[in-house]
Amino acid sequence: MTKLHVTTSINGEEVDFLCEPQQTLLEVLRETLGRTGTKEGCATGDCGACSVLINDRLVCSCLVLAAEAQGQQVTTVEGIASEEGLHPIQQKFLEHAALQCGVCTPGLVIAAKALLDRDPDPDETTIRYWLAGNLCRCTGYDKIIRAVQDAAKTLAHPA
Amino acid sequence: MGAFAYVAPTRLDEALTVLSEHASQGRRAQVMAGGTDLLVQMRSVDREPRTIVDIKKLAETNRLDLASDPIFIGAAIPSAVLNENADFVALLPGLAEAADLIGSTQIQGRATLGGNLCNASPAGDTIPAMIAVGAVCVIAGRGGTRRLPVEDFVTGVGTKALRPDELLLGLEVPKPAPRSGDAYLRFIPRTEMDIAVAGCGVSVTLDDSGTCTAARVGIGAVAPRALLVPAAAEALIGSKLDDAALAAAGRACSEASSPITDKRGTADYRRKVVGVLCRRAGAIARDRARGN
Repeated sequence: MTKLHVTTSINGEEVDFLCEPQQTLLEVLRETLGRTGTKEGCATGDCGACSVLINDRLVCSCLVLAAEAQGQQVTTVEGIASEEGLHPIQQKFLEHAALQCGVCTPGLVIAAKALLDRDPDPDETTIRYWLAGNLCRCTGYDKIIRAVQDAAKTLAHPA
Repeated sequence: MGAFAYVAPTRLDEALTVLSEHASQGRRAQVMAGGTDLLVQMRSVDREPRTIVDIKKLAETNRLDLASDPIFIGAAIPSAVLNENADFVALLPGLAEAADLIGSTQIQGRATLGGNLCNASPAGDTIPAMIAVGAVCVIAGRGGTRRLPVEDFVTGVGTKALRPDELLLGLEVPKPAPRSGDAYLRFIPRTEMDIAVAGCGVSVTLDDSGTCTAARVGIGAVAPRALLVPAAAEALIGSKLDDAALAAAGRACSEASSPITDKRGTADYRRKVVGVLCRRAGAIARDRARGN
């Protein structure tokens, strides 16, 4: 089978890879490129564990063909923290204990970032609806919502 | 058994050439817009190799023209993009709310009206909403472009009136007349992230005195395909959209339905609920029309 050559940008870095036409972006991120921060949960677009941004748009990477990444800007959880340390969203997830097993966390961090980039001061209902596509089977969501609310405050008023 | 291939043409004639070559050679090609149904199906119920023709790079399938009459909505525009457009939401609030009901934020970043229609599920939420606003499919083929009302596009569960060498370019929607409003309601047993048990889209136009002069009603998830219900529209036209008229339209929807019993609801339940949804969506559409 002829593989496709794809040139894309992942977290601001130009990346080349070869993929099969039917391979998903999730498979290539994890298995070809070894970027295992993005998790596979359901692989059917229901759980949000594989969330990434493509051109700042929140999507499930299990429902994107790797070939579609050609020429696009992909952001994964590995691109959220800076040289100085964790992103406030990540920091607040830690402080609020908004994770247990951690499989949903990268997707939630990415989804929360997409929300706060658009709406820096969302109310609780907005946060809950926005994150409805990110399933967590451990913490019960409340701590996650508190973490996102607190991160919004920190981003609005950096210490 | 062939192999998978992926192409993302940037010109419509290229896309149509790929489709017609595949059709004439008996090879399978499948058009992809957002891919939220296609990729799931490709990994579960339908693994057969095929050429995936990604139509997101075409200018026409990305075109959103709200100033023209009819309005044009490209088949590859994600529902999140539509719902971020305040003019779109103001013009067609019922269609916007139907698109906003489908899936999570992540799904809405990819899923399209065109894909929802071409997936041809009996429960696709945007289909009754499109039927209600009189949307017409714009279909491109090698021989030119043809048009088909949305209610005639889906022919059965998962089947549609699209030849293998054609693709859906987008939807034309007549620009709503003054004092018009549309609305879509569905019933699901939870608040988010589910598939309709029943759905109903209503659009109405009022005259100066508040009398309904035009109406269209579409129902979903209560028959093998979404249906236009002319009898429901007839019950509304000429009335003030009072409770009696809305109830009559609801009864017409129940009578037009032929639902199945499954884990989401029994046939009797769906038949009743679609009538309730018609009454309520009709009242919302009426109130929106009064405000316009």
